[in-house]
Amino acid sequence: MQRRDFLKSSILASGMALVPSFLKGMEMLNPQNLSGYKNIVIIQLSGGNDGLNTIVPVGNDIYHRLRPNIAKSREATIRIQDNLAFNDNLKALAKLYDQGELCLINNVGYPNPNRSHFRSSDIWHTASSAGEYLKTGWIGRYLDANCQYPYQAIEVDKGLSLTLKGEKMNGIAVDNPNLLFNNTREPFFKNIVTNANTALLHESNQGYLYKTMLETYSSASYIKEKSKIYHTKMQYPNSGFAKDLKTIANFIVSGLDTRVYYSSLGGFDSHVNQLKSQDKLLATYAEGIAALVTDLKQNDRFDDTLILTFSEFGRRVKQNASNGTDHGTANNVFVIGGKLKKAGVYNEVPNLSKLDANGDLIHTVDFRSVYATILNNWLMVNDTTILNGDFDKLGFV
Amino acid sequence: MKRVLTDKEIQHLYWRAGFGITYHELIKMRGLSKQKIVAHIFAKSTNEQLLELDLKMLEKGDKKMSKVEKNTIQKLHNEKLLELNQLWFMQMKTTEGVLRERMTLFFQNHFSVRMRHATYMKDLHNRIRKNALGNFGELLLEVSKTPAMLRFLNAKQNRKGQPNENFAREVMELFTLGRDNGYTEKDIKEAARAFTGWGFNKQGQFVFKEKHHDFDNKTILGSTGNFDGEAVIKLLLKEKQTAHYLSIKLYKYLVNDTPNPEHVKSMANAFYSSGYNIKTWLESVFMSDWFYDKQHIGVKIKSPVDLITGLSRQFDVHFNKSKVLIYLQRQLNQMLFYPPNVAGWLGGTHWIDNSTLMIRLKLSSVILNGGMIDTSLKEDMPENIMMQGQNSKAKKYGIQKQVDASVDWQVVLVMVQDLDKEILTNFFIQPQLSITAQQLIKESVHLDHKNFIVKLLSLPEYQLC
Repeated sequence: MQRRDFLKSSILASGMALVPSFLKGMEMLNPQNLSGYKNIVIIQLSGGNDGLNTIVPVGNDIYHRLRPNIAKSREATIRIQDNLAFNDNLKALAKLYDQGELCLINNVGYPNPNRSHFRSSDIWHTASSAGEYLKTGWIGRYLDANCQYPYQAIEVDKGLSLTLKGEKMNGIAVDNPNLLFNNTREPFFKNIVTNANTALLHESNQGYLYKTMLETYSSASYIKEKSKIYHTKMQYPNSGFAKDLKTIANFIVSGLDTRVYYSSLGGFDSHVNQLKSQDKLLATYAEGIAALVTDLKQNDRFDDTLILTFSEFGRRVKQNASNGTDHGTANNVFVIGGKLKKAGVYNEVPNLSKLDANGDLIHTVDFRSVYATILNNWLMVNDTTILNGDFDKLGFV
Repeated sequence: MKRVLTDKEIQHLYWRAGFGITYHELIKMRGLSKQKIVAHIFAKSTNEQLLELDLKMLEKGDKKMSKVEKNTIQKLHNEKLLELNQLWFMQMKTTEGVLRERMTLFFQNHFSVRMRHATYMKDLHNRIRKNALGNFGELLLEVSKTPAMLRFLNAKQNRKGQPNENFAREVMELFTLGRDNGYTEKDIKEAARAFTGWGFNKQGQFVFKEKHHDFDNKTILGSTGNFDGEAVIKLLLKEKQTAHYLSIKLYKYLVNDTPNPEHVKSMANAFYSSGYNIKTWLESVFMSDWFYDKQHIGVKIKSPVDLITGLSRQFDVHFNKSKVLIYLQRQLNQMLFYPPNVAGWLGGTHWIDNSTLMIRLKLSSVILNGGMIDTSLKEDMPENIMMQGQNSKAKKYGIQKQVDASVDWQVVLVMVQDLDKEILTNFFIQPQLSITAQQLIKESVHLDHKNFIVKLLSLPEYQLC
């Protein structure tokens, strides 16, 4: 590398040199200076979580009649209202509910629902309508419009969800920040990055490789150095999901400029014997969330964090022959946070006596209203350009 | 006049029909007509090369097992699946019948099943392998009746009166017509009824259970009749949309991420009119003029399997620890026999994220040169000192720590030692070089052949084929 190039790379890489000495001072920073950033953690329950056995309409006869083998009895639930109860694997969520830190939004979906995992996931990820095919995710468009750096949206996972892919910028997928950083230290790669002419990158696979490489370089050392500030001592449950949430907690408490975190928990496609599989997954989910919330509370970050949980669709009201449920439509969404404007049950419970032609729930809240609320009321950005439309805001924040 | 392929075009054909080409093979193919080379590739793939692995120890017998025994056998299944994985990988690395491997990969991903059951997975794989260059209709029917598929998509639980839609939905959405292409929710419900009664016995053989089958009339895709599962599959094959949907998928797999409607149409016509003959279908690609068009050369992102297999074949890489292959597949998100879900791997840019890209870029130097990209680097920069210190002190991280491989450089160098740098570049790098890469190569021409090659293989361009 020539000296000129080295200087160029130092400028480009400001903050990504070996171990910047200024970091030592950073560890002393007053936690108050770190806060003021509002975060959103988005969690997808992949595979289509059965919302009716998650938040159970326990007093509803139709529910028990259509699910003779898999309906939850009152004893197997934690009561919210006369008609509504948490699956008893969601003890941690019930506690948050009692403390006014959980908002439950029922019947969230979109018109002309698609029952394919992949298509419906794409719809939720891109915030499109059922008939519209978009190549960018809603968080990707937020990055494009409102952020300077790819690391302002991080997926702690293997692979990057479409949600975080934008036109100009993609979010960062990171599993292990140290490993990612170490892999960027190769001099030859730095040479490539320094010499890469961004203006010449075109929309080909080759351009995509260079673009991803540049984004990685602009983020890897930032994430690694910044996330050193806080390493939780708290015990998290022993699951891959909890481990991802722990990484997210480290990032949030360390004060990364990241506004959006994304992770997912898979396996909810419960066509067969769903009681066993779903209950186990819900317990994994709730225990992970409980650890994350406790960690954030201990570090005064819960008030400026919002945790959104969704699934690509709910499941059919009527059980199938294999003690499972087939793909359905509208579903419940959870919003968890320390500063909710409206906690508890946000809207009317599912109407099981009025189903669509397939025997599925009919949505009453468009999922893009949830996104619009988060973008506008929480992240304080213009939601209409990101969502390509004006959706009603909800009052949960 | 018979068309003679250029080196670049031969390499293109071999990357797409197989896993790249060695310089030795390239010399043998030079000057041959397109027909001859394509025929040669098919001829080499005649053998089915079924994966052989003794799985007798997994047989359960009739007696009821304790929980401990069940756990032991599950562990054995997991181990055997990994052995199967490595067996397949080794076959892809060493076989001459690359096209069969290429198409087995395609259909294994098309009929994407994930199940911790080595016996069923081996059976599914070998059935796919057997039919991979045969007839798609037979392949579809055979696969649909495997214990792996029946269990994975719950066809077994699909009974008269209370159908389970899982298989009926996926057979239309994923295996034949494609999502939202000419079928309705009603068609799925009716097809599920037609598939009722499908199951398998303890020996893993397909059985039709009459008492669970719904013998009433069904209306599917506009036809009404007393259809059973086989009849539904015939109905789906009768739809030209099936040939069209599969052709889009194959086009993306073999040619370009962006389908050209005209090319796809010619593939679909060949496929449909031949009664779903896979060989005819592939010839409609490899024998066409458009396949060799510049716009398709070097534009596809290699899958992790392509990347590892391609490198292993060109350099005859020997992995000193058998678990290395598993480790790499995990890190790069393509674990054979463990697809992410029923849709399989999406391919293309989906292979690439921040972590996988950096590992992929580093992979060649780790396998070929102990992690060093340029051993001639001057030690005047802190990072170079750091990198070299790291290697000499064996303070390795990540893939460097895990990947233990050896390569006989002499064999490679004997083949290419007299080639100039431009020819070397043209041989190892399929795409047109970016301006950045051109510049970096220009600065590297003074390097010896070994260092130069490692550098070429560390360029982002090497990730493309």
